[in-house]
Formats: sequence, C-alpha cells, structure tokens
Amino acid sequence: MRAVQFTLSRLLQGLALVLAVVVLNFVLVHAAPGDPVETIAGASGGMSEELKAALRVQYGLDKPLAAQLGVYLGKVAGGDLGYSYFFNLPVAGLIAERVPATLLLVITAVLGAFVIGTVLGVLSSRKPNGLLSQFINTLSLVGFAAPVFWTGIMLVILFASVLPIFPVSGMRAIDSAGASGFTDALDVLHHLVLPALTLGLVYLAQYSRLSRASMLDVLGSDFIRTARAKGLSNRVVLYKHALRNAVLPVVTILGLQFGNVMAGAILVETVFNWPGLGRLAFESVLRRDYPTILGVLLFSSIVVVVMNLLTDYCYRLIDPRIKTS
Amino acid sequence: MLTVKTPRRNAVAALFLLAAALAAPLSSTAQDSIKRGGTLVVGYPQAPRHLNGAVQSGVATAFPSTQLFASPLRFDDKWNPQPYLAEKWTLSDDGKSLTLNLRKGATFHDGKPITSADVAFSIMAIKANHPFQTMMGPVEKVDTPDAQTAIIRMGKPHPAIVLAMSPALCPILPKHVYGDGQDLKSHPRNSADVVGSGPFKLVEFKPGQRVVLERFEKFFLAGRPYLDRIVFDITPDASSLMLGFERGTMQMLPFVTIPSDLRRLADNPQVTLTPKGYEGIGPLNWLAFNLEKKPLADVRVRKAIAHAVDKNFVTKALMAGFSKPVDGPIVPSSPFAVTDLVRYPVDLKKAAALLDEAGFKPDANGERLKLTIDYVPGSDDQQKTVAEYVRAQLKKIGIAVEVRTSADLPAWAKRMAAHDFDLSMDIVFNWGDPIIGVHRTYLSSNIKPIVWTNTQSYVNPKVDELLDTAGSVLDPVKRKAYYATFQKIVTDDLPIHFLNVVPFHTAASKKLGNVPMTIWGPLSPYDEVYFK
Repeated sequence: MRAVQFTLSRLLQGLALVLAVVVLNFVLVHAAPGDPVETIAGASGGMSEELKAALRVQYGLDKPLAAQLGVYLGKVAGGDLGYSYFFNLPVAGLIAERVPATLLLVITAVLGAFVIGTVLGVLSSRKPNGLLSQFINTLSLVGFAAPVFWTGIMLVILFASVLPIFPVSGMRAIDSAGASGFTDALDVLHHLVLPALTLGLVYLAQYSRLSRASMLDVLGSDFIRTARAKGLSNRVVLYKHALRNAVLPVVTILGLQFGNVMAGAILVETVFNWPGLGRLAFESVLRRDYPTILGVLLFSSIVVVVMNLLTDYCYRLIDPRIKTS
Repeated sequence: MLTVKTPRRNAVAALFLLAAALAAPLSSTAQDSIKRGGTLVVGYPQAPRHLNGAVQSGVATAFPSTQLFASPLRFDDKWNPQPYLAEKWTLSDDGKSLTLNLRKGATFHDGKPITSADVAFSIMAIKANHPFQTMMGPVEKVDTPDAQTAIIRMGKPHPAIVLAMSPALCPILPKHVYGDGQDLKSHPRNSADVVGSGPFKLVEFKPGQRVVLERFEKFFLAGRPYLDRIVFDITPDASSLMLGFERGTMQMLPFVTIPSDLRRLADNPQVTLTPKGYEGIGPLNWLAFNLEKKPLADVRVRKAIAHAVDKNFVTKALMAGFSKPVDGPIVPSSPFAVTDLVRYPVDLKKAAALLDEAGFKPDANGERLKLTIDYVPGSDDQQKTVAEYVRAQLKKIGIAVEVRTSADLPAWAKRMAAHDFDLSMDIVFNWGDPIIGVHRTYLSSNIKPIVWTNTQSYVNPKVDELLDTAGSVLDPVKRKAYYATFQKIVTDDLPIHFLNVVPFHTAASKKLGNVPMTIWGPLSPYDEVYFK
C-alpha cells in the first residue's frame, strides 16, 4: 500500500515537473533570435516573401505566442508532438528513430562508469596510500577535470588517426546496410567504444572518487570492526558489509546525474557523429525547429523523472532501512 | 610589352582548353577502361530537409535530388547544354517558347514511362513552389502536343530558361506520384518512396544521418550508371569529415573551403583536389554596406573602406592561396563576367583623404567614426577571420569597428532581414544565370525585409533598367553588353565591396574516375563516376 502511494505521489510530482519543463522550454526556445522560416529560407539560398508568409501560416507562427503555447500543450496532452518544421516528418518518429542510439550510449557509459568506478574506488580504499590508490586517484582527477569534448577529440586523434583500430564517426560502417544481426551488433559495439569511453570517463572518475571516500568512511565504523572481530575474511567484509553501505551515495549521484549525462551526450554525439537524440536536439536548435527541440526536451525530462523514480526504488532494494522510514 | 603578352596568354589558355577538351570524360578511350560496381560515400556537413529539388533549393537537397531525378538538359564544363531527358531542344526566335523533344522509352523508377505531361506538371510545380521565383517566373504554361513534346510558353523572352533546365534546378517529377493534389512542399513522397528517373534510386533516407541510393538498372542512358551505390553521409563536424575521408571510409568531399583542410588534402598523394565544378553556383564572398546608415550612404566612405582592404592578403594569407580575389558582382567563371570594372587598390592615404573629404575628421584619438561588422556564423575561414581582418585594417584609417557575433545562422539572418547592420560579410551564390542569383541583390524593387535580397537598400534607376533589359534579351553578345555596363556601375556605386570567390573544392580519392567537374560539379548526376 505504501509502495503504491509512494509511486503515485512521485508520478504526480513528476507530471507537474514535466509540465513546467514544457512551458519553460517553450518560452526559452521562442525567445532565441531568428525564426525557423528564415532558417529554411537560408538552407534554400533565398525565398520569396509570399512563400515565407505561407510557411508561417502553415506552422502557426503567425499567431501570438500564448496561443501557440496553448495549441502545443493541447497537442502534447493528446500525445501528438507535431511535425518537424525542417524535415516535415512527425517529431515522434524522428525521436523514436534516435532513442535507441542515445540509450545505448548513455546506459553503456553510465553503467560502465558505475561498475568500473566503484571497483576502482574499492580497490584504492583497501590501501588508501598505496601505489595503486595513488594511480587511480591521479587518473580520476584527470578524467574529472578534462572536458568531454576535449577527451573526445583526443581519443579521436589517438585511435582514429595514430592507431586506427576504432571507427571515429557514426554508429555503423557506412556500407553495412543489410548486414546480419550478429555482424551488425559487432559493428555497433565497435563504433560504440570511443563515444562510450569519452562520455563514461568523467563519471567513472567521479564514481571512483566518491566510492573511495565513502568506503573509507564506512570502513572506519563500528560494524566493520565487529565483522572483522567475527573473523570474517577481508573479502567478505569489503564487498558484503562495507560496499553495500558505501554504494548508496554513488547510486544517489547516479540518479541525479542522469540529466547531466544526457546533456554530455550532446557533445559526445556531435564529436563522434553518433546518430542520437543529443545531436538531433543540437541541430534542431540551429534550425529553430521548435517542435523537434521541444519534443526532445520533453522526452529527456520524462527520462530524467523516470530515472529518479527508479533510483528511489534502487535505494529501497539496497538499503532496507529506507523502506520503513 | 602588353601587346606581346596578351596573345601569348591567350595561346596558353587555348592550349589548356584543348587539353581539357581531350581529357573530357565522354571520350571513347576513357570509356574502354571503365569498371562497374562499388559504393561511393560522399561526406557533407549539412542535412537535406527532404530529397525533392523541385520544391527545395540549396546544396544539401541538390546532391541526392540530382541523382534521383533526371532533368530535361544537363551541362558540360563550358556552359554548353547537353541532351539528357530531352534529345533535342529549340528556343524560338522571339525567346518566348522552348520546345523539348523527349527521349523515347525513358521510364521512372517505378517503370512508368516519362511523358510530356510529367514535364509540364514539373515545370508548373517548380514555378509555384521553388524558392527561386525569377527562374520560371515568365513561364505561363506548358503545351503538350504529343507524349514526346513539351513546349514551354513564356510571357516575355526569358534567356535563363535553357539554364533553368539543369539537373539541380529542374527535376522532372512523375505526375502520377506527385500530382495527387497534396501540397508539394510538404508532400510525404519528398522523403519516402521517392520516385524519379535519374541514374540512382532511393534505398534509404535517414533524416539528418544519411541518404543511400542504388543503381537504377533501367536508366535511360544504357550502360550507366557505373556505381552500384551512393551514400551521402551527413557528418556535421568538419574534422570528423576530414578523418573519415583520410581513412578512406568516404571517397568524396565536395564544397571544402577551410584552408588548413585544403592544404592537408593538397599534400595527400592519394587525393585529387579540384576547384572545378563550382562555376554554375558562382559563390562570392563579399563585404556589404548598409546604405540606409548615414556614414555609409556617402559613397566616399564606402570607397575609403574599399581602399583599406587588401584582397590579396585575404586570399593569399587568410585563405592560403586557395581563393582568388574578385572585383565585380558576377563570378569570373561566368560567361557574363567582364574585366572592365572600377577597382580599389590598397591605398590607405587615399582612403584617409576620402574620409576627410566626406567630413569625417579624426578626433583627438585619431578616430573618425564608429561602425559595426556582422558575419555569417559557421564559416569562419570565409567570414569571421575576414571580418576581424577588416576591423584591423579600418582601424588604420580611423574607423573603429566592432565585430558583432551572431550565435547561429538564424540570428544573423534576422539581423540582415531587419536591415540591422552597418557592414556585414556575406556569401551569395550567382546560381548560373544572373537572372536567378545576381539581379536579386541590386534591384530596387527587391529591397525587402528578407535575407539575401537587396538588404543593402541600393537604389539606382539606371541599374534597374539595365537588369530588366538584360533579363529579356536573347542575343548573348547584347546581353553581355548590358551586364558589362551594369557591372561597371555597380563597382563604382559600391553598395558591396566584392572580396573573393569562395574557394569551394572537391576532394576525391584517386581511385575515383570521372569526378564530376561540369559547371554544376557535385550537383550533377554521377552516372559517369566509377571506381578505377
């Protein structure tokens, strides 16, 4: 019963949040100078006044902003994200086509960073001043400090130009159309390595530092001493007793950061030409393709809300105390 | 000395022309060694909105559109029309009708025959929907006396009509697909199940990602095309494009302008790098003046600015010698370009004197007046660096210039449309015939709140009259004479200071044969391109 109540209240909160995001985005996007019709005219190398006026009417841009917002909200409530001004295709379709690529990238990067980062953190917490710990520390500091686009470009130069073992651009080999399932999956994985590494590196650094600090904290507490006193092996103490407690803050950060990761994906997708939502959003901004920008932002805000909900559930799984409080 | 030099230079030029003619792709010796097969991957940074060039202009759509849709005529590398869908064509003596005799047996990708009804439908569709309104403007109707004959009837003589039959400007659409009454600009078949009659047919269009085409086996030119597939790969990041090309995942990069990239490509022994193929587009890089602004309304101020800018520095230093200076509104590669223009050699003293004369005396700090300069974002090598150079040069003659950055193209376009600028860098294309791409910038009737119109607010009744006449004179010699006078007047009135030809280059792998180098270059059908 309590779980249902919890879920319902969270969903309501989430819905209100998404609505606020939609309205705010709508206003922000329309506040940017320039308009989509000028951009389309630009892509065409000039256009007559009559054609432009016709386009404005077609897109409803001739109406006042409040009216446009009302129309948009009504449509979104009915599940209609509208048509892209630029591509003249349904926004929902454009987004659906890009979602798998972004999810693959973001989930690989975040999960990879979470698992590897936590392991590194635990390893370095065993001997906090040891050589391994120092090494991991330095690595995390560099990884944390380097901006995503810089890491990306450096990796591109290193692996694509100097040591050409990974592809630098796209999600599939260009002439791969019609490849069978397994070859296709291998191809995608091959293309995934560099972008996922770039995006994951920053978070890996954060998670390893966080889990290290949190492990050190937990390792000093009484119940660990008790566990050791019971004669449990170091391994069991570390991974069963300490880690389970130490991982909570990492999960918190992971959930909170999901929005950040989506933002980071824009840069990574642009550098690596990864055909995901981030690139679609970025290019749509340049084209003032309002329906597409709003659609992508709406989708991302829903993903973030859902992720936060999932994080809360994860808490309850990892730490039974949270259920009762 | 001069009299000796000129004929020799002509002789050299003639020799070059001869060599070029011998190397022309259509020669039979070349055809013997042509192999079929292979996938050509073309890298380009901009995404096409859709694939139908009849209702959408611009380079991004023209690449796939010229492969998918055949046009009545095509052009060689010397502005000569060649048969394509039309075997024969005749422009009437009064210049008011163009008869096209279509090839027999040509079919669309869906197997239906191409008839004069499709041509009539397409031309009227282009007139109604294409952004270049002057191109088919005078067309009144298209008569179709039989299935193989289409007669384009015009209200006044229209010399640009033959050029308007080019692949990039006049795709022939199947009436049975696009004539269903839906709005053509947003027709669903512009993006999916596109049916044309060009050498390649559509396999896949992923918006913003790629366009995949494959050979149309029943193409009306027997034996062609040679390639199995073409992939247009949309890669917005310039350095990714270069890396992809250098690694061999792409074999052709059209429209490259960045000097460092060009240098790298020129040094690469596996690459053919050519500036040919952009004569039709005729891209100019220029500095526009807003004549509505008080100091710039005075021609002496504009001339002073012109005398302060060294075009040779722009082309040799900023563009690493890949670009050429230009002095007039028509690109030198156009048959209408002339050399008798008013020129402004670098002369800072003269510039200062002109400003003195105009009443702009230096103040205590040596400053005479303040201006702003805008530039098109996203093309730093042509625009931003030149704008910054102009600022530095004008400082030398006492004009303080503030460089105004626009966040992106729409933001800049809005400023232009609102005439909210003093000076602005700009890139404008000639589009083959002056009627299409040149008139719009100088006609006083085209001063509009729209980017790429006469946003300079330039008014000269004599120029209006010259352009109107030149736009309806058929005899190319007389026509050129009108344009010659126009060019001289415009360079003297100086609403725009012309800087350089945008150094578009095509980079192609040496393995690629018959790299497209006609006047429309990469915007023409790739039916003759092959892998060696």
